[in-house]
Amino acid sequence: MDPIIILQAGVATGTVLLFATLGGIFSERAGVMQLGIEGMMLLGAMAAYSVTVTTGNPWLGLLVAMLAAGLISQIHAFITITLGADQVVSGLSLTFVGTGIALVFGEHLSKAGVISLIPKYTVPFISQIPILGKIFFTDHSVLVYLGYLIVPLASYFIYHTRPGMHLRAVGEQPSAADSLGINVYRTRYIYVFVCGLFSGLAGGTISLAISPGWFSELTTSGQGWIAVGLIIFSQWDPTRALVGAYAFGALRRLVLDIQGPTILLGMRNPFYYNPYWGFFLMMLPYAFTIIVLVIGSYSAMRKRLGAPAALGIPYIRGERGV
Amino acid sequence: MTNLVPGKDKKHFRFPFHIRFEPRLGELKWWQSLLITLAALVVSLLVGALLLSLVGGNPWKAYSHIAKASFGDIGVFSDTMVKAIPLILIGLACSVAFRMKLWNIGAEGQFFLGAFGASIVVLIPIVPDGSPAWVYISVMALFAMIFGALWGFLPGYLKARFNVNEVISTLMMNYIAVAWNNFFIYAVWSEGGFQMSKMFPKAAWLPRLTDFSKQIPEFRGLTTHVGLIFALVMVVVVWFLLYRSRWGYEIRLIGDNPKAANYAGIQIKKNVILVMMLSGGLAGLAGMSEISGVVHRLQGAISPGYGFTGIIVAWLAKLNPYLVVIVSILFGGLILAGREIQPSGIPKLIQGIILVCLIASDYLVRNRIRFIRRMED
Amino acid sequence: MVKKSDQPSETQAETVVSMQGIVKQFPGVLANDRVSFTLKRGEIHALLGENGAGKSTLMNILTGLYKPDNGTISVQGKQVVFSSPNQAIAHGIGMVHQHFMLVPTQTVTENILLGLNEPRFRLNLKKYDAIVKELGEKMGLPIDPTAHIWQLSVGEQQRVELLKILYRGAEVLILDEPTAVLAPQEIEAFFITLRKMTQQGKSIIFISHKLNEVLQIADRVTVMRRGRVTAEGVNPAGLSIRDLAKLMVGREITFDVTKAEVTPGDVVLSIEDLACENDKGLPALKGVNLHIHHGEIVGLAGVAGNGQRELAEVITGLRKSTRGKITLHDNDVTHTDPRNHIRHGISHIPEDRHHTGTAPNLSLTDNVIMKSYTHAPISKGWTINQVAADRYATDLRSAYNILSPTIKTPVRLLSGGNLQRVILAREISTQPALMVAMQPTRGLDVGAIEGVQKLLLLQREAGAGILLVSEELDELLALSDRIYVIFEGRIVGEVLDKDIDRIGFLMCGTTPDKNEAKGE
Repeated sequence: MDPIIILQAGVATGTVLLFATLGGIFSERAGVMQLGIEGMMLLGAMAAYSVTVTTGNPWLGLLVAMLAAGLISQIHAFITITLGADQVVSGLSLTFVGTGIALVFGEHLSKAGVISLIPKYTVPFISQIPILGKIFFTDHSVLVYLGYLIVPLASYFIYHTRPGMHLRAVGEQPSAADSLGINVYRTRYIYVFVCGLFSGLAGGTISLAISPGWFSELTTSGQGWIAVGLIIFSQWDPTRALVGAYAFGALRRLVLDIQGPTILLGMRNPFYYNPYWGFFLMMLPYAFTIIVLVIGSYSAMRKRLGAPAALGIPYIRGERGV
Repeated sequence: MTNLVPGKDKKHFRFPFHIRFEPRLGELKWWQSLLITLAALVVSLLVGALLLSLVGGNPWKAYSHIAKASFGDIGVFSDTMVKAIPLILIGLACSVAFRMKLWNIGAEGQFFLGAFGASIVVLIPIVPDGSPAWVYISVMALFAMIFGALWGFLPGYLKARFNVNEVISTLMMNYIAVAWNNFFIYAVWSEGGFQMSKMFPKAAWLPRLTDFSKQIPEFRGLTTHVGLIFALVMVVVVWFLLYRSRWGYEIRLIGDNPKAANYAGIQIKKNVILVMMLSGGLAGLAGMSEISGVVHRLQGAISPGYGFTGIIVAWLAKLNPYLVVIVSILFGGLILAGREIQPSGIPKLIQGIILVCLIASDYLVRNRIRFIRRMED
Repeated sequence: MVKKSDQPSETQAETVVSMQGIVKQFPGVLANDRVSFTLKRGEIHALLGENGAGKSTLMNILTGLYKPDNGTISVQGKQVVFSSPNQAIAHGIGMVHQHFMLVPTQTVTENILLGLNEPRFRLNLKKYDAIVKELGEKMGLPIDPTAHIWQLSVGEQQRVELLKILYRGAEVLILDEPTAVLAPQEIEAFFITLRKMTQQGKSIIFISHKLNEVLQIADRVTVMRRGRVTAEGVNPAGLSIRDLAKLMVGREITFDVTKAEVTPGDVVLSIEDLACENDKGLPALKGVNLHIHHGEIVGLAGVAGNGQRELAEVITGLRKSTRGKITLHDNDVTHTDPRNHIRHGISHIPEDRHHTGTAPNLSLTDNVIMKSYTHAPISKGWTINQVAADRYATDLRSAYNILSPTIKTPVRLLSGGNLQRVILAREISTQPALMVAMQPTRGLDVGAIEGVQKLLLLQREAGAGILLVSEELDELLALSDRIYVIFEGRIVGEVLDKDIDRIGFLMCGTTPDKNEAKGE
C-alpha cells in the first residue's frame, strides 16, 4: 500500500475519466447534455479491442473507436438539436444503443487476449524527480501523457480563442450567437461529435492501455456515469476536471490495494481479514460521485454561476426556409 | 426564394414545393398519435433487423422465435406475464416520477433494496417462524416498499436541497444497492457457501397459478404469481392518484411548469422528495414480488435489467398507467425470449433503438409536414 | 425638442433600402401581406404598428433572420437575397432587438467580437478593448469594454448593442422599440445621439408603437396594420396622434377610459421598509413603503429593472424578504408561503403568461382551477371533483369569452389574448382583496387591451385593491388613482396629479426640486 504507487496508478486510471469528462465538457459548454457517455465509451472500448485483435495495430484500434463513438453520437445530436427532443431521455437512449451495439458486436471477442497495447514510456530525466517524477512520468501509457497535454490545450481553446468564445456563447445565449451569424445547430453538432471522439478515446484507453481486454459491461462499470458527475464537479472547466479525474483514479486504486496487506496503519487490516467488506469498498467510487455532485451543485447554487445557461434547452428559432 | 432576376433563364428544375416542418396548431386525435407510435415501433424493429443481419444473425428467425417463445402457448405466455409483473410496477414507478420530470434511473437499485427489505423479514427474522402466509406476504410487501422508498428518498432529498442531478445520483445508488445486497448475500446469509440465501419458508412464497392445479387442472405448470394482483392494483391506484386526486394534480402541474406550480402555492421541494419515495416504493415492491414469487430466496441475479427496461416501458406507454400494462407484457416477452437469442446484447440494443425511434416520433406528434407551393412572380 | 434634420427633398435623397411586395406566412397567420417599404439615406424612418402588425417580421426579413415567401429586397439599388443574418450584416444592415441579444457572462468586447472572423484564432482582448473604447467615444456611446454584460445597466447594454452593429460597419440601423427601456429624460439624450448618427450618414429605421415619439423624431413614417401597409413613407409633419392612431388601428381609439367614481375604503395592503434580494444576491428592494386601499388602482411607474418584479414576487409570497413587514388586512404575511398569501385574498397576474402563469400542456380546466383546487366544491377530501371542476371551467370560459375548442384543450394552443383571459378568469373569479397586475396588457392587440383594462376597472369598483405595474405610462395615467414611482429599489415619490414630468424625473432618480422625495 504504497501511496506513491496508488497515485501513480490513479493518474493512469484517471486518464480514462479525464478524457470522458473533457468530451462531456465540450458538448455541455455548447448546451447539449451528455448522458450517453457510458454507452459511447463501451462502444469505443469494444471497437478498439476488436480492431486491434484483428489488425494488430492499437493506434488503428484507437482511431476506429473514436470514429465509431463519434458516429453514434450523431444520433443523439440529431434527436436533440434538429428535432429538439428532451436531452435527458435522448442521452439515456444513446447509452442503451451504444451499450447494445458494443455487446452485440463484441459477443465473439475473446475476453483477455494477448494483443499489442498502446506502448508505455518513461520520460528521461523528469522521471528522476523524487515523488512527482515517479507518479506522473514513469512507466505510463502514452495516452496518459496525452492527457497531460490535452488539458491545457482544451483550457486555452475554450477561454482564449475565437472558436472557444463562440462555443461558450452558443451554450450561454444561443439566440445572441445566432443573431450574429454563428450557426448554432452546426456548432452543437460539432461539439457533440467531439464528445463522441473523446468518449471513444476514453473507452479505447481502457481496453488498450489501462485494463486491457474486453469484459462486456464490466469494462467500463459505470465510469461513464462518474464522468458525468465529474463534469458538474469540474464546473465545466478542464483543469478542475483533471484534478477530479485523477482523484477518482487514485480512489479506485486505493480500494483495490487496501484489501491487500495484513497490517494497516498498525492494526490488523479489517479489509484483508473480512474480504466481504470489499463490497463496501466497491461502493466508494459511486458514493464519492454523489458527494462530488453535492459539492458541485452546492457551489453552483451559491455562486449563482454554474452550468452554461442554455444547457439542456433545445434551440429553436423562426425557420429559415429550405 | 423564387425572385427571379429578369432576363435570366431558369436552367434547372426546381421542386415546386417547399417542405417545411411547423408546429401543429391543434391536437392529434388519439388514433393518429397511436399510429405514429406504432410506426416508430415498426421502424425500430426494422433497424434492429438490419443490425442483426450485419452480425450474421437471421433477424426474421430471431423475431419469430421471440413471438413463439413468448406468446406461442399458454405456458410461455404465463412465463411472459411473470416477466411483465416487475415491469408493470417499475413502469408505474418511472411514470410517476417522469410526470414530474424527475428522472428516476434508479429503479433498478430500488428494486434491489425492495428485495433486501423483503428478505430481512424472513431472514432476521422479523416475523415469527410459522406465521401464516398472509402475515409474511403483507409484512414483506410493506418492508419492501419502505426500503425502496428509502432508496428513493436520498436522491430526492439531494435534489430538493442541493439541486443535485437525479439522473446521476439515482444511477450511482444502483451500483451501491447491488454491492449492498451482495455483501449480505455473500457474507451474512450465504447458504452453504453459495451466493444465495436459504430458501424462504413456503408461507413466504407468493402463490402461483400452478399451486391451484389441484382445483383447476388447467393451471398446471403456470408460473404466474400473485404479484400480478399487486401490480394491477397499483395500476388502478396510480391512475386514481394521478388523475383524480389533489396530489396527482399537483404532480402534473409541477411537471408541466414548476414556475406556475410555485406560484399556485405548491411546495415543489416537498413533492420532489415524496414522489421519489413513491417511485422507489413501487420499484421496491417489484423487488419483493420477484424474489417471493419466482426464486423464493435472496440472490445476486434477480434482475435482467428491469430497472432500465421499465424506463422504456414508461416512455412507450406515454406515462399512462393502463398502457404500461400492455407495454410491459410486450417487453416481458422480449426479455423472456431474449435470453436465448444470440448475440445476447440484442434485447438491450433493440430496447435502445425503440427508445430512439420513440423520441424521434414524438417530433412528428408535435410538428407536421407542410408542402408550400413556391409562388412565381 | 429635437430638431428634425434639414433633409433634401424626397426625390433627391438616395434610396438605401427598398423592399417590394414582401409576403411572409406563418402557421395560422399571414404576417406580411405584400408589404413595401423604402428607406432613404440619412433619415430616421419610423415603422409604426401595434403588436402583431407585422413590423418585427418585416425587419427580421430585412436582417436575414427570415426568408420571405415572396417579394424583393434591394440595397443601394442592387437586388439582394439574404439567406442568413451574416449576409445582411455584410450589406451594412444591423438590428438592435427589443430583447437584447447579449451573452451575460461575457464582456462587452467579447460580445462585440462574437461571430466575426477577426481575430482569427487567438483572442487578443487587450487590443480589441482599446478599439471598442475608441469607437464608443467616437459615436457618443461611451462604455467600459472589460465589463461583463450582467454588470451593466439596461441603458448601457443598449449602447453595447449599438456598438455591435456599428463595429460591423452598419450603415442601416434598425432599432426595435429602443425607448422601452429608457426613462423620459434618457429618451431625449437618445434622440440626440440618433441625430448625430444620421449626420454621419447612417440611416435609421425606428420600430415603435409609441405615437408621440414617432411624431417627435421621425422624418417619415410607415404604418402597418394586420400585415399590410396602411401608410407608406409619409411625412408626419402634418399629422396628429389621432391620425396616426387611426392608421394603426383602423378606427378611432379612445384614449380615455371612463373611470367611475369610487371612494377608496380601508387599507388592504401595507408595506413597511421592505427589503429583498434579486436572483444574483444583490439588493433589489432597499426599503419600500407603500399602501393600497380597497377600491383603488395604484400604479407603479419605473424603468424596467428597478425592483418592480421583485416587489410583486415578495407581495405574492414567491420571494423571501430580508427586512420589513407586509400586512394584509391587519394580518402579518411577511414570512409566509404563497399559499398563505392566496388564502388571504391576493391574486397575481404575472408578467410572463407563458412561462409563469400557465401550464402549457395541461387543459383549460386544469389551468383555471390552479387557485381553487384546494377547497370545495372542486376539492373533495383528497380528490378532485372533476364534475365540479369542469363546470367551473365551462362557466369561466363563457363569462370571459375565452376562445378555445374545448375545456380539455391544452392552453399552449391558445393565442396570447386568450391566454391572458384564462389567467384573468382564474385570478378574478376568486374575488381577491388585492390584485397585483404585472404588465397585464403587454403584447396584446388593442381589442384585448381594452378588455383587460375594463376588467381591472370593474374589479376596482367591486372593491378590490389593485397594484398595477406597467411600462406604458399612458396606461398607468389612464387607470391609476395614484402612482408610485420606484427607482433602484425604493419608492422615490407618489404622484397624485398625473404630472408626467415629475414622474419622468423620479423614474430617473432625480427630482425637479432639490429635496429628496421619500415615500411615505
